[in-house]
Amino acid sequence: MSDVFLRPPFDNLARQHRAVAFGMWLFLVSEVLLFSGLFAGYGLYRGIYPAGFLAAGRETDIVYGTVNTAILMTSSFTIAVAGRAARADLGRMAWWLLVLTFLLGFSFLILKGFEYREDIARHLLPGSDFALSQSGAQIFFSYYWIMTGVHAVHVTCGLIAVLRLIIVSRKNFAWLSGSASEDATALYWHLVDVIWIVLYPILYLVGRAHG
Amino acid sequence: MSDTTFQPQAPLDYLHDGSTLRSWLFTTDHKRIAILFAISITLFFFIGAVAISVVRLELLTPAADLVSDDTYNKMFTIHGIVMVWFFLIPSIPATFGNFLLPLMIGAKDLAFPRINLLSWYLYVGGAAFTVLTLILGGVDTGWTFYTPYSTMFSNSSVLTAAMGVFVVGFSSVLTGVNFIATTHMLRAPGMTWFRLPLFVWAMYATSMVMILATPVLAMTLLLIVAERWFDLPIFDASRGGDPLLFQHLFWFYSHPAVYIMVLPAMGVASEIIACFAQRRLFGYSFMVYALVAIAVIGFFVWGHHMFVSGQSPYANIVFSFLSFMVAVPSAIKVFNWTATLYRGSISFDAPMLYAFGFLGLFTIGGLTGLFLATVPIDIHVTDTYFVVAHFHYIMVGASVTAFFGALHFWWPKITGKLYPELWARAAAITMFIGFNLTFFPQFVMGYLGMPRRYHVYPPEFQVYHVLSTAGAAVLGVAYFMPLFYLVWSFRHGREAGINPWRAKGLEWQAPSPPPHENFITPPVIEPPYDYHPKDLVVSGDTL
Repeated sequence: MSDVFLRPPFDNLARQHRAVAFGMWLFLVSEVLLFSGLFAGYGLYRGIYPAGFLAAGRETDIVYGTVNTAILMTSSFTIAVAGRAARADLGRMAWWLLVLTFLLGFSFLILKGFEYREDIARHLLPGSDFALSQSGAQIFFSYYWIMTGVHAVHVTCGLIAVLRLIIVSRKNFAWLSGSASEDATALYWHLVDVIWIVLYPILYLVGRAHG
Repeated sequence: MSDTTFQPQAPLDYLHDGSTLRSWLFTTDHKRIAILFAISITLFFFIGAVAISVVRLELLTPAADLVSDDTYNKMFTIHGIVMVWFFLIPSIPATFGNFLLPLMIGAKDLAFPRINLLSWYLYVGGAAFTVLTLILGGVDTGWTFYTPYSTMFSNSSVLTAAMGVFVVGFSSVLTGVNFIATTHMLRAPGMTWFRLPLFVWAMYATSMVMILATPVLAMTLLLIVAERWFDLPIFDASRGGDPLLFQHLFWFYSHPAVYIMVLPAMGVASEIIACFAQRRLFGYSFMVYALVAIAVIGFFVWGHHMFVSGQSPYANIVFSFLSFMVAVPSAIKVFNWTATLYRGSISFDAPMLYAFGFLGLFTIGGLTGLFLATVPIDIHVTDTYFVVAHFHYIMVGASVTAFFGALHFWWPKITGKLYPELWARAAAITMFIGFNLTFFPQFVMGYLGMPRRYHVYPPEFQVYHVLSTAGAAVLGVAYFMPLFYLVWSFRHGREAGINPWRAKGLEWQAPSPPPHENFITPPVIEPPYDYHPKDLVVSGDTL
């Protein structure tokens, strides 16, 4: 069974698994640096325009933001349990948990879409008819759109990876136990979640700290 | 295979293991992917070269007589973009690194062969955007994409140019991930960290820089796209943005990018110099630490590109100091290469000539870097040809020379054929002369005040420009020569045998060219650069 998963150049499955996880960690380091370029800019402008950022931060939709945070954290939980289940040879359970993960992630995107629609309706897209007049508010919303947009692209990539697992293993649940893909996908999904955990406070909570 | 009564045949070498186009385009063999990269970057090298030829011809006279100012701007921009991202960044890592890293550590392939192929396709995707940029009429921002010009004023194809660089960045990142994972996970038993060849260490350090710096550039380019096409204020000062932020983010990548270009060159030089002096590399462990130190310190010097941009004078002092710090490990390397020659049995074959060229040009490039790290001198020569000369000494003088050194040194391994030595030496010497003739006058005219990126200039600078253009012509000849005699030798060269240079290193234990699995018998692992017995130590029990 195990040599089905062994690919050149490896001659040892355990080592191959470690290599896949290690490679994914390296890629995640790179992803963190990708977002850090945004965090640096956000930090800089918040220092320059504290009042504008506070005012603009109050305009994001806390309900959508909070519900989406809960959804994404739950999906991280389900994919983590899926990995444990796969390793315990509970392939069917692992498969259904992946389906659940996919549905949660997908609903995150749908909710985000509704939130975007309302944002646009409330003139929160920077431009000539922008709703707020405080200096820095437009820059806050530039970062809001870019950060959540790039994050949504990552969610989409993660969903494609999860969907791949679901499709490949749909007739062979045991595949999930032997392949390193589940681990690697889960690692990526957790990163997408972790990035959101940073985005949530800086976009939805900070502006509300002063009532 | 079909007839078991015959004794087992030697496996086919990688060049003959499948001859269809499909067997190349869908290969996962690191050696074939290296060849794919080599062909692609050569193509782009010539695109970049044609662009700069137009620039150099225009600069023959002080007046504008060949091209319009607009075309001129587009020419030096495409030269910069193509040469930096489509030639220099992938040059040594994606070709020789790809080919040699698994061989040098005794592995069958990189850790993730399919991702390695994906790296090449990402390169091709980025390259397609760049070609599209050319078809759409080019881009005129300079390779640095400085805001607000790139986001608010330029009427050229900034979007496609930025997307090309964005996409090719992921090729770098995936190559970096692959190299690091391979070095950690696939070293042959007995190949300990401090037995790794310096070239492998150089690839490792380069990969670190690739995965940490490249994503920041990717995001910076996305911000440009956001501001230019979606009108989101990020850097626009009239809407509260800070253009300096762009420069910080850009140079946070683009200074370390210089180390992506030069660290591999250092790795190449270490292999060649030890081999052609038949000496153990002097101070092996210090060479390793110096590589890592350069990679690490290189992340904290980006502000020296912004001494006149209006950043705080205190930041200037710190960045100046840190830039000087990089010179320490760099000097350690130069001294150690030189000391390796001591009591060596030196031969002046073409790879060694290139390595010596690298050594001299890197030293000049490095020392003039110290001029530029000094704030008052930098203020005097900012945006002059002095800067242009300095970074060409590093990026062309050091990196491209080392690239050609590597090409000649490992050509017998890659193709199984020997190149014609006399022609190769002639090309190496021509390249050295042409390079210095092109760029040394630029130091002088830059110091005298000739600004970069101008196509009309005061007549007193003409003599330097004529020298420089003449040098560029010589350099062009030198770059074309290997194209002919190497291709010739691929067809008609003498068989190289396994190890024509009496070189150490596992790649020289594999057949030339190596088969798909690299080694027929498991390689024997020795201490690194074991060219002669270490004094007073019984051979073989060191490290």
